Amino acid sequence: MKRVYAKEEVCIGCRLCEVYCRTEHSKSKNIIKAHKKEFPRPMARVLVEELRPVSFALQCRHCDEPACVEACITGALTKDESGRVVHDEAKCVGCWTCVLVCPHGAPQRDLERRKIAKCDLCPDRETPACVEMCPNEALVYEER
Amino acid sequence: MEGRKYRGNYRRNISGCGLAGMMSEDGRLMSGEPIIRAMEVLHDRANGLGGGFAAYGIYPHKKEFYALHIMYDDIRAKEATDVLLDERFEIDSEETIPTRKTPGIGKSPLLWRYFVTPKADRCTTDTCEEDFVIDAVMHINEKVEGAFIFSSGKNMGAFKAVGFPEDVGRFYRLDEYEAYTWIGHGRFPTNTPGWWGGAHPFTILDWALVHNGEISSYGINKRYLEMFGYKCTMLTDTEVGAYAFDLLLRKHKLPVEIACKVLSAPFWDEIDRMKEKGDPMADVYEKLRMVYGSILLNGPFAFIVGHTNGMIGLADRVKLRPMIAARKDDMLYIASEEAAIREISPELDRVWNPKAGEPVIGRLKNPVNNNSKAKVKAKAKVKETVA
Amino acid sequence: MKTYQLPEVIIERDKDKCINCGVCVRQCAFEAHKFDEEGEVYSEDEKCVACQRCVSLCPTNALYIRDNKPFVKDNANWTAETQKYIWKQAETGGVLLTGMGNPKPYPIYWDHILLNASQVTNPSIDPLREPMELRTYLGSKPDNVQIKMVNGEPVIETKIAPNLVMKTPILFSAMSFGAISHNATVALAMASKELGTYWNTGEGGLSKSLYQYGPNTIVQVASGRFGVHSEYLDAAAAIEIKIGQGAKPGIGGHLPGEKVGRRVSETRMIPVGSDALSPAPHHDIYSIEDLSQLIYSLKEATEYTKPISVKISAVHNVAAIASGIARAGADIIAIDGFRGGTGAAPTMIRDNVGIPIELAIAAVDTRLREEGIRNKASVIAAGGFRNSADVIKAIALGADAVYIGTAALVAMGCHVCQKCYTGKCNWGIATQDPHLEKRLNPEIAAQRLYNLVRGWSHEVSEMLGGMGINAIESLRGNRLHLRGIALSKEEMDVLGIQVAGSPMA
Repeated sequence: MKRVYAKEEVCIGCRLCEVYCRTEHSKSKNIIKAHKKEFPRPMARVLVEELRPVSFALQCRHCDEPACVEACITGALTKDESGRVVHDEAKCVGCWTCVLVCPHGAPQRDLERRKIAKCDLCPDRETPACVEMCPNEALVYEER
Repeated sequence: MEGRKYRGNYRRNISGCGLAGMMSEDGRLMSGEPIIRAMEVLHDRANGLGGGFAAYGIYPHKKEFYALHIMYDDIRAKEATDVLLDERFEIDSEETIPTRKTPGIGKSPLLWRYFVTPKADRCTTDTCEEDFVIDAVMHINEKVEGAFIFSSGKNMGAFKAVGFPEDVGRFYRLDEYEAYTWIGHGRFPTNTPGWWGGAHPFTILDWALVHNGEISSYGINKRYLEMFGYKCTMLTDTEVGAYAFDLLLRKHKLPVEIACKVLSAPFWDEIDRMKEKGDPMADVYEKLRMVYGSILLNGPFAFIVGHTNGMIGLADRVKLRPMIAARKDDMLYIASEEAAIREISPELDRVWNPKAGEPVIGRLKNPVNNNSKAKVKAKAKVKETVA
Repeated sequence: MKTYQLPEVIIERDKDKCINCGVCVRQCAFEAHKFDEEGEVYSEDEKCVACQRCVSLCPTNALYIRDNKPFVKDNANWTAETQKYIWKQAETGGVLLTGMGNPKPYPIYWDHILLNASQVTNPSIDPLREPMELRTYLGSKPDNVQIKMVNGEPVIETKIAPNLVMKTPILFSAMSFGAISHNATVALAMASKELGTYWNTGEGGLSKSLYQYGPNTIVQVASGRFGVHSEYLDAAAAIEIKIGQGAKPGIGGHLPGEKVGRRVSETRMIPVGSDALSPAPHHDIYSIEDLSQLIYSLKEATEYTKPISVKISAVHNVAAIASGIARAGADIIAIDGFRGGTGAAPTMIRDNVGIPIELAIAAVDTRLREEGIRNKASVIAAGGFRNSADVIKAIALGADAVYIGTAALVAMGCHVCQKCYTGKCNWGIATQDPHLEKRLNPEIAAQRLYNLVRGWSHEVSEMLGGMGINAIESLRGNRLHLRGIALSKEEMDVLGIQVAGSPMA
C-alpha cells in the first residue's frame, strides 16, 4: 500500500504541507476561507518537526499493526481493507488514548472539537495534498 | 564588364542550373558538338544569363604551357595585364580566342589566350610553380581593373559567356576542338544580369567546376580558404568549391574519395552506427569532420569537377539537387538529367542516381603527368610579328 | 551612524489574502518578515533584497515587492543610485560589493544582430524530419591530415590532440563551490551528464562525491590554486587555467569568510571562516611564456590526455592576447565578456571594466584567422547569454561553443537580486548555510537545467534549418548569415557584418 514518505534532505521547513492539509480538510476547500473564515479552524494532520537544519513532515504511518487501533476505546480507529488506518469522527470521544500510545505522535488533539485529527491519505484525491503541493518535492507517495 | 561593380565584395548569385559532363577514360578525343547538344536539352534550366564549358586535351601541341584564357573590358586592361604577365612569365605565344558571331551572344569583351610558363628564376619545384601560377592569376584578377583570367591550366581551357550554353558553345566554335573530357553548364542567376566572368565553370589551375545550387556555408568556407592564401575574387559562392578541391587534392594530397567525404560529409548518426559495428572508417570520418569542419559544404549543390586526369561528380549530403550518372564502354557521363545524357548516347551500359554524398569518379586509364617543364621558343610572340 | 539609505523596495501585503501561515517568515533569510505577538505577520522593508522567494512561495499570492525608487529631483547625473552608493561608502568606508553581472544599460549587440533564413533558391531544412547536427568538438586541430593506404583502406596517420566532444554547443560556465552551494554543483554535474555536455567547477575545487561526473567536468586552476591536487586533475575531462573573468577583469576571485564552512574549507584546502582571496595575477604567470610553462606542466601532469583551456576576460587587446594564448599551447580559449556574472565583485569594477563579448569574439576570430592559427584552439564565448538566439549569433560570429552561467542560475531559481556575497541566498544557490541549501533540490534543479539547454538546443536547430544548414560547423564563423541593425560602421566592421538590407552578401 502506498504511504507518504518524507525526504528530509530536501525539506525546507516551509510548512506549506500543513497549510494545504488544513485546506483539504476544511469545509470550503478554499485556502483563504479555510484559514480565516471557518470556525472551528480546520486542523492539519501533518506536522513539520524541525531542529535546524534538519526538518521533515510527519504524519500517520498507517502502521501494519497500529497501536492506536488496539487502544481505541470506541472503535473509532480501524484498519480498512486497503491498509489505511481510518478515523471515524462520529465515534471519537476525545479520550486521547491513541495520542498516548502512538509511537510517532501522529494523532493531533483537536481541542475545539474535542476529537483527534489524523492523516487519512486524502481519500478524495489521487495524490495526497501535502505530496502534491510540496514546493521542493520533499514528500513522496509510494509503495515500499 | 556589366554587373561587376563591387570588386572584392561577394555579391551572391544563386545558381539554379543545368550541368553536363562527359569523359573518355581511354583518353579518346571528341569534338564539342555532343556536349553542346546535351546542354541544349537542358535549355530550360538556364535563363540565358550565363553558360560555359571546360575542355581537356585541347592544346596537345602546347601541353607543357599554362593556357591562360583572359577577358578584357578594353585594350587598356590588356596592356596593364601584359605588363604583369611579362614580369612573371615567359610568354610562348598569344592570340585572340577564335569566335563566330552567334545570335544570342551580345557584345563580348576582348578574349585572348596566352601560352606561358613561369620565368625560370622564379620557381624551382613543381608545387612552387603551381602556387606561383595561382598567385599570379589571383593577383591579376584582384588588382587589374577590367581584366579577368578565367582559365589557367595546362592543355585545357574554360570557355564562358553571357547567353544560353548552346549559343556560348557555338560562339566559341567548340565543335572545332577535340577533348577527352567536356563539361558544360547553363546558369539561372536570380540577382543581377550576369557578367561574362560570373558564368561557370570556375577554374583554378586545371580544376574546372560547374555547380548547381547555393552554398549556405559559403561565409565560413571563404574565410577558411583565405587562411590558406586563396582569394575569393569572383562574385559567386561556387568558387569555394573549386578552391576546396585544389586545397584538399593538390595541397593536402587527400585521396579523391576522402576529399569528397570531407566536402559532403556523412552524418554523425551514420558514423556512430559504423563505430558500433567496429568499422575502422568511423574513426577516419570522425577525424576528418573534426579537422575539416569549416570546409564542409552545406546547402544544396551538385558539382561536376574536371581535372587533367579525370572527372568527379558530387552532390550534397542530403541530395537536394539532381545528378544522374551513366557509363557506356569507356565513357562516363554525369548530368542534371538523363535526357541530356541520352542525347549524346542513346545506348548506355549503366545508368544510376548517386546517393547523397556518394561521389562519381572518372579516371584516365593512362594518367598524364603535367609536370614537364615547358621550353619557350624564342620570338614566337604573335604581337611581335611585323609585316 | 544613522543611515541615509532608504529601503530599495516596499513589501506590499494584501491583508485580505494573507492567512498568516508564516511561510514568508520562515523562508526569508534576511528576516524581512516576522510574527507579531498576536500571531500576525508584518514586514520590514529595509531588509528586503527583492529576491522574490516569499512572493513565489506565498500560497495565496498575498505579497508584492514594489520598487521604491526614492524621489530625488530629476538629475541625469546624480541619480538616486549614485547618491546611495556615496552614502554607503560614507557610512562604511569600504569597497562597494555586489554580485551577478553588469546591469548597466550598455548596448547589447545581440539585439542589433539579425539572422538569415533561406527561401526559394535554397530550401530551409526541417529539424523534425532531417538530421540537424549540433555535435561540437573542442580542442586543438591540425590544419590537415596525412592519410596512408593500408591494405586498400585509408588510415589517418596524423595524431590529433585530445578534444572534448559535446552533443550541443552549450556548456555550463565556471561557478565555484563556495560561491554556489554543493547542491547547485550536483545539479550542474547531473544535468551535464544527461545533456552530453560539460560543467566547470570554477576555482572552488571538486567535491569527492562528484568525481563520478568527472567525464563531464572541466576543472579550474585559478590563481589561488584552491583544491588543485593530482586526483582533481585526473578526475576531470579538461583543465582550465583561469586568468580572468568577465565580471572583474584584472582582479582575482573573492569568497567572503561567511561562505567558507567545513565543506568549502575541505574542498578548497583553506581554513574555515577565512576569506578566500585569489590573487590578481597567478603569481607564477607574469608573461606569456610563463603561461606556456603552466600549460605544458598541466599537460605533462595529465600525460597529454586532456585538453587545456585558458579563460580570459574580454579586454581591449583581447585579440592579441588570444593569439598569444593559442601559440602558447592552449587547446581551448574561453573568453568572458563584461556581462559575465560573479558571486562577489567590487561594484565599480563590475560595471566599468571589460568589453562586450560580441565584439571580443568577432575580433578574436578575425585575428586568429588572419594569422592562420584559428585551428590551433577552439574558442568558447561567455558573458551574459540570455537565450538561444544569442548562442547562435555567437557561433555565427566565430565561437565554437558558449558557456552559460547566469542563465543556468536563473533556470535553477535565481532572481538576480545581486546579494550573493551575503551568503543568504533564499533560493539555496549562492549560500553555504545548510538550512538554506536544502531549498535547492538537486534533482529538480538538474531537471530544470536539462530542460533549459534542451529547449535552447532545439531552437538552435530550428534556426539552423531555417538558414538551410544542417551541421553547426557550417555556421561557425559564417558571418554572411548575420546582418546589423542600428549600428555604426565601425561597430559593424569589428563584428565583420553588413547592415541589414545591404545587397552585398
